[in-house]
Amino acid sequence: MSRYLAIVPALNEAGSIAQIVSEILLHAEEFDVLVVDDGSDDDTAAIAAAAGARVLSMPFNVGIGGAVQCGYLYARDNGYTVAVQVDGDGQHDPRDIRRLLAALAEDPPVEMATGSRFLGAQDGYRPSRPRRAGIRVFASLVSLITGQPVTDATSGFRMSARRGIELFARDYPPDYPEVEAILLLHAHRLRVREVAVTMRARTSGRSAIAGGVQPYYMAKVLFAVFVGLLRRRPALERDES
Amino acid sequence: MSAIVLAVAKAPPTYQRVAVIAIAVLVLALVVELVRRRRLMERYALLWLLAASGLFVLGVWQGLLTTLATDVGIRSAPNALFALGFAFVVALLLSLTLVISRLSDQNKQLAQRLALLANRLEELEREPPEP
Repeated sequence: MSRYLAIVPALNEAGSIAQIVSEILLHAEEFDVLVVDDGSDDDTAAIAAAAGARVLSMPFNVGIGGAVQCGYLYARDNGYTVAVQVDGDGQHDPRDIRRLLAALAEDPPVEMATGSRFLGAQDGYRPSRPRRAGIRVFASLVSLITGQPVTDATSGFRMSARRGIELFARDYPPDYPEVEAILLLHAHRLRVREVAVTMRARTSGRSAIAGGVQPYYMAKVLFAVFVGLLRRRPALERDES
Repeated sequence: MSAIVLAVAKAPPTYQRVAVIAIAVLVLALVVELVRRRRLMERYALLWLLAASGLFVLGVWQGLLTTLATDVGIRSAPNALFALGFAFVVALLLSLTLVISRLSDQNKQLAQRLALLANRLEELEREPPEP
């Protein structure tokens, strides 16, 4: 039986979390919603629970990677077959969840579908110019390494099937995980497909990659990508046949 | 007073040796005491013991430092000492960041396990099992 989970990492999103939870329940009702509260100071957890979400409360802030991974651990342990990540700040439109689900099942089936801001018509939220430049660098790099065109390597809006869930539950980058996660799947020879989505400007909270953090983000991710290439391929999927 | 100054001026190497040996013994004693009080774990004490022992050997074995320095082409022995000390500090820092990395990973795993267990417990409390 198929079971679907929407993982919503949230840090101090009391202002928007209720809306996101109810939007997911409305537009993708086959999905259970799991809000991972990463040590918020406000009432994010209580508001999310009242809106109908399951809630994991981290005892303190462990960072986006650790919080999302906790969601994948939950999905793995509770037998979910598909898990989608939806940001708690309102950037991702829950109406796109079903489109990701359809893309996952398209022929040939893939293990992960990501929502891309740069595929197809580009309307809605546009990142600032330096940020777009950084995004493009990573997109080219990931395309080069994986040998398939990737237009939005830094998208956090993505859906994984069971093997992706198991992989991320075991091994997930602790911070700024988007780029590394795609390469991780590639290293395990799992296929990825992109879906054109429209991202909205965030309704609350602030970006983790704001202001002076950007050079650090670039350096950290580039280094992680480089070291990842040096790592031995952990061939957990030995038989594709 | 002047006699002491004269004695030091006459035989600086001996005076320095005593000072070096004293410092080495003090560091050794401090490390052992910290381990004894369980403030410092044995495995992290090893690097410090190694450094203090090295200092002790250099103090006792006169000429070793000069020989070592000449062998690697360092003209003045104190410079060799600085190089050694710097290498030690770098090694210690690297080992500390290794420890921190491991601790933060374990810390993350504990937090995740705790959040999952708390959620499970809440679920179980909400729907008690059928008798």
